[in-house]
Amino acid sequence: MAVVTCGCTLLVLAPLILILVFLAATGISALNWEFFTRLPGAAGEPGGGMANAIAGTLWLISLAGVVGVPIGVLGGTFLAEYPAARLSQMTRFAADVMNGIPSIVMGLFAYVLIVLPMRHFSGLAGGVALGVMLIPTVMRTTEEIVRLVPHSVREASLALGIPKWKTTLRVVLPTAAAGIVTGIMVGVARIAGETAPLLFTAFGNRFWSWNVLRPMAALPLQIFAYAISPFDDWHRQAWAGALVLVSIVLIVNISARYAASRQVKLR
Amino acid sequence: MLRAMETPVGERHAIALIDHTTAIQAEAVHAWFDLLHALRGITMTIPERKVTAVIGPSGCGKSTFLRCLNRMHELVPGARVGGSVLMDGQDIYAPGVDPVQVRRRVGMVFQKPNPFPTMSINENVAAGLTLAGERNGKLLDEIVEQSLRAAALWDEVNARLHEPGTSLSGGQQQRLCIARALAVSPEVLLMDEPASALDPASTLRIEELARDLANAITIVIVTHNMQQAARVSDFTAFLLGGALVEYGPTNDLFTKPKERQTEDYITGRFG
Repeated sequence: MAVVTCGCTLLVLAPLILILVFLAATGISALNWEFFTRLPGAAGEPGGGMANAIAGTLWLISLAGVVGVPIGVLGGTFLAEYPAARLSQMTRFAADVMNGIPSIVMGLFAYVLIVLPMRHFSGLAGGVALGVMLIPTVMRTTEEIVRLVPHSVREASLALGIPKWKTTLRVVLPTAAAGIVTGIMVGVARIAGETAPLLFTAFGNRFWSWNVLRPMAALPLQIFAYAISPFDDWHRQAWAGALVLVSIVLIVNISARYAASRQVKLR
Repeated sequence: MLRAMETPVGERHAIALIDHTTAIQAEAVHAWFDLLHALRGITMTIPERKVTAVIGPSGCGKSTFLRCLNRMHELVPGARVGGSVLMDGQDIYAPGVDPVQVRRRVGMVFQKPNPFPTMSINENVAAGLTLAGERNGKLLDEIVEQSLRAAALWDEVNARLHEPGTSLSGGQQQRLCIARALAVSPEVLLMDEPASALDPASTLRIEELARDLANAITIVIVTHNMQQAARVSDFTAFLLGGALVEYGPTNDLFTKPKERQTEDYITGRFG
């Protein structure tokens, strides 16, 4: 039995290790200073980089955070503090359903909500699509960790004559803070590599794009565009882009682990 | 001065309390957890600047009674309170009374030490004030020192006020919680089995502390430990099945109880 379970564990690890090794091996050759600092070159010409796409992805993640984090954290706090309320039960169910909605549908949602009224693609639309995807993860992890905050801590605050809302904001949330940050990071790691919701929202851009109201470049989009192109140099750059994207996700995940280790013990 | 009590049990012991000023007057206090009728009409007078102990077997409602005195009982989902609790002649359950204000006047220490886990010793003691918006650092420092001195903890922690409150030992944590409660200068301090999670030496320190504090404020202490009640309190109330069986000067209650049930309990025949 131990052999079987051990074997399966190794099978779980194998794809991850294979992906990392393969990505590193193929991607590293195109990784150079230019890749991080230059704009994409003209079609077919070798050289150029993905600087705008890397910046765009970081921008889009920030936008998603601005949209998803406050709603997720405060919503999750409500679920934890009023677990039996009808609204909580409905919201919890909605969040679980939302978690399962295909990401391309989220893109459609942002398309209809923002792109159509504005009549053009924009980073804002991409950020909103990703942000909405962030909400359920952040909300449910926040709920779980806030629920773990011992009742005695809340009582201590209430018994000091601190109103309930202040107890939640100033005592309960700080106690759960590191755990909440972990949840946010895990959520961010999940959305960082999303491509589908960006296809018809952020759309992609071959130039620097700081204006959130204009189309914005993103690593996954750039990888997609380069990978299906007929040029060898672009193929190599697509691998390099994939390596960078995975590295970003990995760094966020490792930070999440670090944040989790800083959480005060709740049991 | 003491108000005339209406129940027979109250009347019998009113004489003993007549020399003291009233801090809290409980009038026919009932409490429910959903359908469970946990307190069945408790009327008693808690004298000012004395230690009043509430004893009784597990489940007799002693903690519930305590939590009715600072409106903490109603925080439990499904919990209700009936009757009235008078402080300075004002019912804390009257409509329009803000429970938050009541809890500022009536502090509480819990069974298990519960310092705020993210805060330092200093921040823990100051929490009641800082969370209420006090920003004057000098004033806060003064109050923190006063409170820690009053809780007999200052000498042990004054060199490490910025370390986490949870880094202290159990007994120290409990005194930290007492200091935290004292920092908002309550008139009454409710102690809910404050030493039950502590070792004997720490227990003794908490008891001494309760006695000392009674020079300045009113203490109500719930305990399942009769020796503790005898050591620490001026008056003792014995609760059984949610009702007040006997209430009087601690010495009288333990040496010549008037009720059969009290006698049975203190001689260890049950509970």
